[in-house]
Amino acid sequence: MKALTTLKPPEHGATVLFDAPGPRARRRTLMFSVIAAVAVLAVIGVAILQLVRSGQFSYAKWGPLIDPTNEYFAHVWARLGDGFLRTLIAAVLAIALSLIIGVAIGVARISAGRITRTPIVAFIELFRGLPVILAIYLVSRLADEFRVGVPLPGDNVLRFDLSVLPGGDLLWVLVIGLTAYNSVIIAEIVRSGVVSLPKGQNEAALALGLTRWQSLRMILLPQAFRVMLPALISQLVVVLKDTSLIAVLGGYIELLKMSRLVIENLANPIQVYVVVAAIFIAVNYALTKFAEYVERTLAARTSG
Amino acid sequence: MGVVIDNFDLYLSGFLTSVMICLWGLIGSLILGVIIATFRVSPIPILKWVGSAYVTVVRNTPLTLVLFFFAFGLPELGINTSYYAFGLAALIIYTSAFVCEAVRSGINSVSAGQAEAARSIGLGFGQSLTLVVLPQAMRTVVPPLGSVIIAMFKNSAVLGAFGVGGDLWSTGMDLSSAQGYAPLPVFIGVAVGYLCITIPSGLALQVIERKVAIAR
Repeated sequence: MKALTTLKPPEHGATVLFDAPGPRARRRTLMFSVIAAVAVLAVIGVAILQLVRSGQFSYAKWGPLIDPTNEYFAHVWARLGDGFLRTLIAAVLAIALSLIIGVAIGVARISAGRITRTPIVAFIELFRGLPVILAIYLVSRLADEFRVGVPLPGDNVLRFDLSVLPGGDLLWVLVIGLTAYNSVIIAEIVRSGVVSLPKGQNEAALALGLTRWQSLRMILLPQAFRVMLPALISQLVVVLKDTSLIAVLGGYIELLKMSRLVIENLANPIQVYVVVAAIFIAVNYALTKFAEYVERTLAARTSG
Repeated sequence: MGVVIDNFDLYLSGFLTSVMICLWGLIGSLILGVIIATFRVSPIPILKWVGSAYVTVVRNTPLTLVLFFFAFGLPELGINTSYYAFGLAALIIYTSAFVCEAVRSGINSVSAGQAEAARSIGLGFGQSLTLVVLPQAMRTVVPPLGSVIIAMFKNSAVLGAFGVGGDLWSTGMDLSSAQGYAPLPVFIGVAVGYLCITIPSGLALQVIERKVAIAR
């Protein structure tokens, strides 16, 4: 019986595509691993060679980013830090606003009757189908038009200027544009969260004598929020990435736009973009892992 | 809205250019995405590692950053080409990571028991793959892949804003800044152009999703 206990369980290494590998398959895997390793190393080697040949590892290009004693170091990182902070501010504001408006739209979509539902669905589909960058651009144009003022009957002029808001109009153009797009996404997340709940929850609430609205507010939404939480955190990654769209339109100076300014002075685009990408990847990866962690924790807690 | 009717031919050619960008983007990102997905489900650890590194890096980087890296970084290495080629390459690199994840999740959603059952009734590897595993995988892949394609069409607007030119977005920019039309009606026309693709494909996707759904 000793031999049996040392055997690996039969499922080990098996996927729907492959069986658990036997000795021959394992040898073959090893052989292909070596070939793949050589190929990967060759690609990396060629890339590094090309980088070296064009002087991408020179101190002049990397020093301002990695050497604290470099004369530009403090200045460059102060700028990148400022840009990152501005990216975070825009993303957090946009997600907070989208959450409020999105939940309102989602609740309206759920509780609306057949006739009132149609315009809400149309509104959701409209904004979902537009490129985010178009939403941001339209908001910036609208802000311009409103700044000029809309003439009202009589001699009155309706003036609305985003620059009265804290943070300035450039920030709010981006935030409102992102909100227009993401609030309908969140509305759909809310709806699917409520739809995914067992029917009995609503039925039990109604049987207790709660109204439909009370059932939604006290029974369904709190549960739906727990289902939604991971999706909401993942959406934050999308918003964080989308803030950088403003860099091609012009306006608010977030991390990517700030890095363009650094590059204009130091002429080291590859190095700066590598650093900016690393910042984005680190934050977004952490957020994704956090969403997965929340999903696991909630699944463990609600399965009982 | 006279501007849209007056310049309908411009809008149409912009629309068609956007569709062409997406067709090339689709072909490129499907090929690259399926290759990366193959890496990720292969039994070779190094390829798995390469695949997941690619997906992690690209999915967490904004498209705009990929675009800037190509257009302003690659010329430093002596690689110079048109904005169109840089833009398309960035769109393909970016989208293929999402294609990879859609394909991989489709393959993974087929339970190993299906393949075991196929083998136990005497089907070979090729038969169990083509008759049992792939048909199920394809059905689960279609809906997320459809969403990826719709997202790519919307993302193609970023290429226009970046200066690729000739597409739907650039047409709007040209009409509003160079020809002096009021930007709002111009861009409402542009928006309608994008909606012409995204809303019907979204609806088609819902129908397909309902038709091909597998009860598990």
